[in-house]
Amino acid sequence: MIRLFANANYDFIKWRRWAFSLTGAIMLVGLIFLVTRGVNYSIEFTGGTLVQFEVAHKVPTASIRSALDDAGLSGADIQNFGSDTSYVVRARLGADATQGEAGTQAVADAVARALDRSVGARQYQIMQRQAVGPKVGRELQGKALAAILLSFVVTLIYLAVRFEWRFGLAAVIATAHDIVATIAFISAMHLEVSLIVVGAVLTVVGYSLNDTIIIFDRVRENLRKYRRQNLYEILNLSINETLPRSVLTHGTTIATTLALLILAGEVIRPFAWVMSFGIFTGTFSSIYIAAPVLLWIEKRWPGQDARGARTFGVRAPAGATSPDATRPVPATSSPRAPQPAR
Amino acid sequence: MDKRIRGRLWVIGALIVVSIISLVPRNTKQRVIDSSTGRLKDTTVRRLPINLGLDLQGGIHLALEVDQSKGPVPDCADAIQRAERVVRTRIDEFGTTEPVVQIQGRCRLIVELAGEKDPGRAKGVIQRTAFLEFRITDMKSQFKDALPQIDAALRKAGIKSRNAAPSAVAQLFGGDTGKSKSKRDTTSDANAPGVLSSLLFQGQLPGEFLVPEEQWPLVDSLIQRPDVRAQIPRSIELRWGAQAESRSARSYRPLYAVESRPIITGEELTKAVARRDQVTNQSIVTFQLSRRGARIFSQETGRHINDFMAIILDGRVQGEPPVIKNQIGANGQIELGSKPLQEASDLALVLRAGALPAPLTIVDERAISASLGADSIHDGVLAGVVGVVLVIVIMIGYYRIAGALAVAALTLYCLFTLAGLAAFGFTLTLPGMAGFVLSIGIAVDANVLIFERIREELVHGKSLRLAVDEGFLHAMNAIVDSNVSTILTALILYAVGTGPVQGFAITLIIGIIASMVSAIFVVKTLFLIWLNRRPNMVTLSI
Repeated sequence: MIRLFANANYDFIKWRRWAFSLTGAIMLVGLIFLVTRGVNYSIEFTGGTLVQFEVAHKVPTASIRSALDDAGLSGADIQNFGSDTSYVVRARLGADATQGEAGTQAVADAVARALDRSVGARQYQIMQRQAVGPKVGRELQGKALAAILLSFVVTLIYLAVRFEWRFGLAAVIATAHDIVATIAFISAMHLEVSLIVVGAVLTVVGYSLNDTIIIFDRVRENLRKYRRQNLYEILNLSINETLPRSVLTHGTTIATTLALLILAGEVIRPFAWVMSFGIFTGTFSSIYIAAPVLLWIEKRWPGQDARGARTFGVRAPAGATSPDATRPVPATSSPRAPQPAR
Repeated sequence: MDKRIRGRLWVIGALIVVSIISLVPRNTKQRVIDSSTGRLKDTTVRRLPINLGLDLQGGIHLALEVDQSKGPVPDCADAIQRAERVVRTRIDEFGTTEPVVQIQGRCRLIVELAGEKDPGRAKGVIQRTAFLEFRITDMKSQFKDALPQIDAALRKAGIKSRNAAPSAVAQLFGGDTGKSKSKRDTTSDANAPGVLSSLLFQGQLPGEFLVPEEQWPLVDSLIQRPDVRAQIPRSIELRWGAQAESRSARSYRPLYAVESRPIITGEELTKAVARRDQVTNQSIVTFQLSRRGARIFSQETGRHINDFMAIILDGRVQGEPPVIKNQIGANGQIELGSKPLQEASDLALVLRAGALPAPLTIVDERAISASLGADSIHDGVLAGVVGVVLVIVIMIGYYRIAGALAVAALTLYCLFTLAGLAAFGFTLTLPGMAGFVLSIGIAVDANVLIFERIREELVHGKSLRLAVDEGFLHAMNAIVDSNVSTILTALILYAVGTGPVQGFAITLIIGIIASMVSAIFVVKTLFLIWLNRRPNMVTLSI
């Protein structure tokens, strides 16, 4: 059998300050772009202009599409409307589309310019042009955010029951980090925020939470198993033990998102970008945000047990308290002194 | 052991059969309102459980405008904005059908439905969001009092009554119709019967009149005349009943005089359910109003106790107007007496459906093509196939036979997920397909966890069978905790979010449940079969 990272023994936690700096830098860059450029919402959120026109002879839709792209109306919706020679186009000019009559006129002019070139002047007739509202209800963004915040509370409660409140808080902070980092990534890349991208961000939330809990589950188990190690060592041991799983799972998901990113074309690309980054940050945060934050919380608010967060849930039976003899005791190879001992 | 496997196989077989059945195109019966008569009827439609979205296969485009023919609507932009919200939530109940609902200009609403080619059915969808209002019937007999003037106006216009009964507003059950017919010959021209009033029979409740079915078009044309409308008191409007009623072997169409101001419109209605009261054995419809609606409704019904309230859907009175017995707040009920339960469910359907703030009409309908070009669709499908193949290669390459078992379970995962999506009437768009491909990548996670555990147990020197059992057992904690918290997150997204966010939450929940069933239950079964077949196996191909 192939075993990757079978007996890995890396001191992950040691690098936490570097990790914090890295993620802080990403967020800072994202924040700067967010403030200077704002969020680039797609036509689904902003609305745009609808132009209906008829052409004298049938032309391939692809040529109209490329002409519209050249005229600055990239990503326009182009549909046959009733017949082969009748089209309806929904588009907007750039990210900061001017609303109202001026914007409508500008888009209509751009469509006319594009048609002059692709179909030929006088070969088409514009039947109607009008502003169209957003396809997505205005309340969607606000409600999605409210839902995420509320789900944090529920996650916190669930993890407090199943693990311990310190774990819940660390997991929620790691997940919140992922959302902020993903938004920073979106604004740094200047990706258009469409419904698909909102869906990708939500997927990242679920994915990251999942990953954090799987590592925490191992921490919970190891805390019961090895009573002599401190939390610093237990966290490192747990991350190392789950490493083969992490590599495999993230490997398969990254493989699928990369396939989507490279092959799937323009429509899926923003989704694939956000997912690729999300899988990266979700994995990163489980190791470098969730675990160090747990360590920090434990230092700040120590558990009743002298050696740290071991007071949760069911007490391990007496037999399980001694370390498993067959297991290699994790080396405390860190040059730094073990952290949480007081 | 053998028995255990057989039991598991039965469960898996049953799940597969149910999933396949739910994915086969089927005929579904729908109660829809016939637009010409306003009656509810059964229609059967054959539909594929999973539809392709507007971006993949196009559909139908409808343009709707506020209907001003039955009286002007002062602020159409506001009406359209509220209608947009209602239409969006009504036609996309779970956020899964991916319609386009969009305001065009000021007063026009665009609705686009995926995969729909038949305009008749698309209209049915709009009917599902018809205009509902509650109005008090003409309790003060204002219309009846105005009948002589109306008759006079008609006489002035030179319209003669034809084969009409003589007495003004004949009592349907009191007077013998045969007798009154014979009287007609004797009546002098001076006090000739009223043209309109001779066609109307007083109904059982104030403001209700019955018109013989065959006279219906005639009466309708009379009351539409401008000179007649001028004579009708301004506070009163006339509305036809939706259904014909038969009395003493003849069919009558009820006409109701109702107050022109509705006490409430369906916009405020949130819920309606039909049921049969166990004690009195009556059919009743219970309904619930929004908070704002409840405030208005309790005020209005408090002023109108013992009055009759007509339920009007798209201008037609549904059923017989019920009497208001006491003040009604947020929760009301409509008693239908001994009428069959079917009638109660029809009414509940009508109540649930009607919620528009203003009546809408369809001004344009066209077929539209897919919004994505064939090339983008082709690219998306290719990427999906490559993504899935990569997952299969990684799993089998790394875990060998165990990986092959996991891949076999993945095909069941796809089947279960699609069946679950079909249950919610899902519409599959290209981004939806990308999400599904990604979910396949994520679905292997549970198997990876289990397999890594089994490997750890094997390294510890446990026997094959024990390692497999312990591996499944120990991985379970992590799988359950991580999946339950994700499901909780998804439930919150569904409860708080709107439209597409809800659709996303449903997809996530279905995907997680399907992956747990396939990765845990199905793979465990396959493992048991594998171990049983090879009792002497020394090394596990994992």
